Amino acid sequence: MADASIFPAAISGMFELLSPVPPGWGGNLLRGLANSLQIAFGAFGLGLLIGTLGAYGKLYGGPVIRDILAIYTTIVRAVPELVLILLLYYAGTDLINRVLEAMGYAPVNISGLVAGIVVLGFVQGAYGTEVLRGAIKAIPQGEIEAARAYGMSPGVMMRRIILPAMLPHALPGLANLWLIATKDTALLAVVGFSELTLETRQAAGATKAYFLFYMAAGVLYLLVTLSSNAIIGRVEIWARRGMPSIREA
Amino acid sequence: MTAPLATAVSADPLHPVTSEQAEAIHVRDLHKCFGELEVLKGVSLTARDGDVVALIGGSGSGKSTFLRCINFLENPTSGVIRINGEDVRMISDGHGGQYPADRRQIERIRSRLGMVFQNFNLWQHMTLIQNVIEVPIHVLGVKRDEAIAIGEQLLERVGLSEKRDVYPAYLSGGQQQRGAIARALAIQPRVMLFDEPTSALDPELVGEVLKVIADLAKEGRTMLLVTHEMKFAREVASHVMYLHNGVVEEEGRPETVFGSPKSERLKQFIRSVS
Repeated sequence: MADASIFPAAISGMFELLSPVPPGWGGNLLRGLANSLQIAFGAFGLGLLIGTLGAYGKLYGGPVIRDILAIYTTIVRAVPELVLILLLYYAGTDLINRVLEAMGYAPVNISGLVAGIVVLGFVQGAYGTEVLRGAIKAIPQGEIEAARAYGMSPGVMMRRIILPAMLPHALPGLANLWLIATKDTALLAVVGFSELTLETRQAAGATKAYFLFYMAAGVLYLLVTLSSNAIIGRVEIWARRGMPSIREA
Repeated sequence: MTAPLATAVSADPLHPVTSEQAEAIHVRDLHKCFGELEVLKGVSLTARDGDVVALIGGSGSGKSTFLRCINFLENPTSGVIRINGEDVRMISDGHGGQYPADRRQIERIRSRLGMVFQNFNLWQHMTLIQNVIEVPIHVLGVKRDEAIAIGEQLLERVGLSEKRDVYPAYLSGGQQQRGAIARALAIQPRVMLFDEPTSALDPELVGEVLKVIADLAKEGRTMLLVTHEMKFAREVASHVMYLHNGVVEEEGRPETVFGSPKSERLKQFIRSVS
């Protein structure tokens, strides 16, 4: 290889490899990113739902509900996510198919997308429960008491008072959970789901351009985080609308 | 459901002037225990439309607890509570206490009692006008434009028109409390409940809040007022109850209670706070 041309050749080669149309691998990476984002959105949404119910259960539920939730949050937060993913993915689909077979149905092939959302959502729910429980406890008790004193039903109180009042306290924790969700999608590579990390590994393996593709994946993850930060920042300003800024106080 | 039940208290000596008025709140022999501690030991009260009842007493006398039992922020341990002529049905919890049998009945009753708290308790994520229209819209089902029109009038009444779109955190204590009074008025309450409305205020802000409350008394609003402001209680109340250690030690017309107190303890109390 001629010394003088190595640089331009390398750069044009990079563009060819990253090009979104075959033989470039860029399209695969972008598809992987789209899959990752779908899972992250789904898992985060499911985690929010579980977390809200879990926080309510832990704060206002009876002893049985509180015990069940304590076991859930303890175990899920104690076991490494990779182990949980392997366990829930393989054992979970196996269990569902055994139940279906026992009931006389044909086994189903559970889509990686759904399984990924359910598994990561289950994990996110445990952390979300604690984040939201703390945020609800941070609401000044008097505001909840005022809602009760004016005859709000539990449903109206949750929708109109508790959820909006706890949001500013919950957002920093929820933002963490969202960013973790985007990156935890990479763990689904171990069960063969073609999210961004697995697609990257395949592209890198096929072309031997390891550095290039892993750097490209890193940049994509970084872009997700940067745009998330911009959005979360706006949401936080909105959620804190009634609160003087820390500097003013 | 708001029909007066005049028969039960037809010979009430405490209300010679207003006895033909309908009964808004009737409490008989109310007890409240927190664990072993009995905070209320059989307190009774009848408030008719237009009455202004002031509850006074030292700290720990049970006056705030009594007020909070009336809208069931605390569940009374025993006793009868009748509001708007409606008896509140209670169920025993099996541990010597009781709780309301019907959550909806409690919600309905609460939505007609305008509570004003010591610490204002405005919802911080809502502007002043949003605080005022919240309960009319989302509990009472009033139309939004109608609620806003009424809310704006009320804010004007308490002198906060220009603070309409301000969040509570940016208001002074006196402004917040006046806003909280507007919020209470917005539900068109049968009775206003004031739980030490000026105790958390800086001294120079007390007057503006008392003035609003005095205006409400003048226009004939039914009010229960827990307060440490003796001079004020004497001016606005039609009936004063002095609580000590969970019992009504003395009660009657303000000029009698303050002018010629019978019990030694009340004399001492009046001296100590004035």
